[in-house]
Amino acid sequence: MADHADGSLLSTPLTDLHRELGARLVPFAGYEMPVQYPAGIIAEHSHTREKAGLFDVSHMGQAWLIGPDHATTARALEAMVPSDVAVLKPGRQRYTVLLNQEGGIVDDLMVARPQGAENDGRLFLVVNASRKAVDYELIAAGLPGNVRLEPIEDRALIALQGPMAAEVMAAHAPAAADMAFMGVAEMEFDGIAVYVSRSGYTGEDGYEISVPAGAAEPLARALLADERVAPIGLGARDSLRLEAGLCLYGHDLDETTSPVEGAITFVLQKRRKDEANFPGAARILSELAEGPSRVRVGLTLAGRAPAREGAEIRSADGSAIGVLTSGGFAPTLGAPIAMGYVDPAHAGVGTPVKLVVRGRELEANVADMPFVPQRYHRKPSA
Amino acid sequence: MSTRYTEDHEWITVAGDVATVGITTYAQEQLGDVVFVELPEVGRTVSKGDEAAVVESVKAASEVYAPLDGEVVEANSVLADEPGKVNEDPEGAAWFVKIRMSDASQLDDLMDAAAYKAYIETL
Repeated sequence: MADHADGSLLSTPLTDLHRELGARLVPFAGYEMPVQYPAGIIAEHSHTREKAGLFDVSHMGQAWLIGPDHATTARALEAMVPSDVAVLKPGRQRYTVLLNQEGGIVDDLMVARPQGAENDGRLFLVVNASRKAVDYELIAAGLPGNVRLEPIEDRALIALQGPMAAEVMAAHAPAAADMAFMGVAEMEFDGIAVYVSRSGYTGEDGYEISVPAGAAEPLARALLADERVAPIGLGARDSLRLEAGLCLYGHDLDETTSPVEGAITFVLQKRRKDEANFPGAARILSELAEGPSRVRVGLTLAGRAPAREGAEIRSADGSAIGVLTSGGFAPTLGAPIAMGYVDPAHAGVGTPVKLVVRGRELEANVADMPFVPQRYHRKPSA
Repeated sequence: MSTRYTEDHEWITVAGDVATVGITTYAQEQLGDVVFVELPEVGRTVSKGDEAAVVESVKAASEVYAPLDGEVVEANSVLADEPGKVNEDPEGAAWFVKIRMSDASQLDDLMDAAAYKAYIETL
């Protein structure tokens, strides 16, 4: 995964496998990535909802944050995010956002605290491919002298998602079966040392598997050898996450949107709100108390025509109230869906709105998200 | 006369002064799963190069341009309910529009099957 200064695209440890599987490869965040395989986006989408899909997400940034002990490393990261990182137990992961000084979202990311005394003081980060450089520069600049950022360049990341993911995974990594949603663990997959998290970007149960680059292809082939598993491209990854109501950075979130506007206030925990010591705290706490000037909502369309990112959202009386940030066809629903930002006065579920597509107004309604119920693995309470 | 093709991956067959227009197999493969087709109203006058239809795949919207001048005399209503037909039978049942040509000499500018095949091999 060497950097190509001449502007050519980067590959992942699975690029040759994608080609062999007949993928259509497209440029994405500087990488040559599979947008779809011969089955096509709708078939890949449905396969993931019904069985298990394998996704190459090696373009995403994996990094260690390393300090002398958990409290120190957590405090260092907390200076840049609004979440309670200190409270994270070994073996647990949390979704959070990097903030700029105005409370805008620089990136959304996963932060995991690995298990084991030897890992005390380490946090494992997974950031968006398109934001790696920006994130790493921001994080490194904000760290105290005794905490360092160590980007990981020699590991691939493979997601296995879908209702059959757990059964498939159990045959290779039995320890994965017992993991709870948002749990993380080191384990062996057919003898390969991997970091596994029980999470994903589809709304389904599943895993993200961090694997040494040299072992990525054998691991992917072992999973694909299971007839329940099919390779899934970025096209279906996008339609799956949209149905699940999950944000895509650079579209549904950017440096101007706050977590309150983005309707992801679950990244804010009470202690951090009380301390009010994260970047942009004044704006974010004020938006929490008084309401933001715009808020992200889901939208369902009455007809069959999809509306895309950038379409204007109008109120029932025709005035401009916002803009779409994602929009497309939901294969599970067989209908178009979208998300966008609107004036909070029009954000109530059921509110009729119009979406302007090619000069025409399409009827739509504000809808609850997720559009398709999430089926994450919740452990029964003991 | 035989089927003609455009560089925008439309096919055209002619019966009398009416041209039937659709998109090619190559085009539907590039688009992927088609989920919606917006067709022009019958009676609309189009000029060569005008946006005559829109094909929406899961990922994106693509314009279909009028290959000839003329008047739209029929739009394929089957596509409203079964847009997936564009993937299944692009050069048959999933035709888009029929246009009554106002200048049949424009057909001379279009490619024949051999020329179109050679063209897509350069892409």
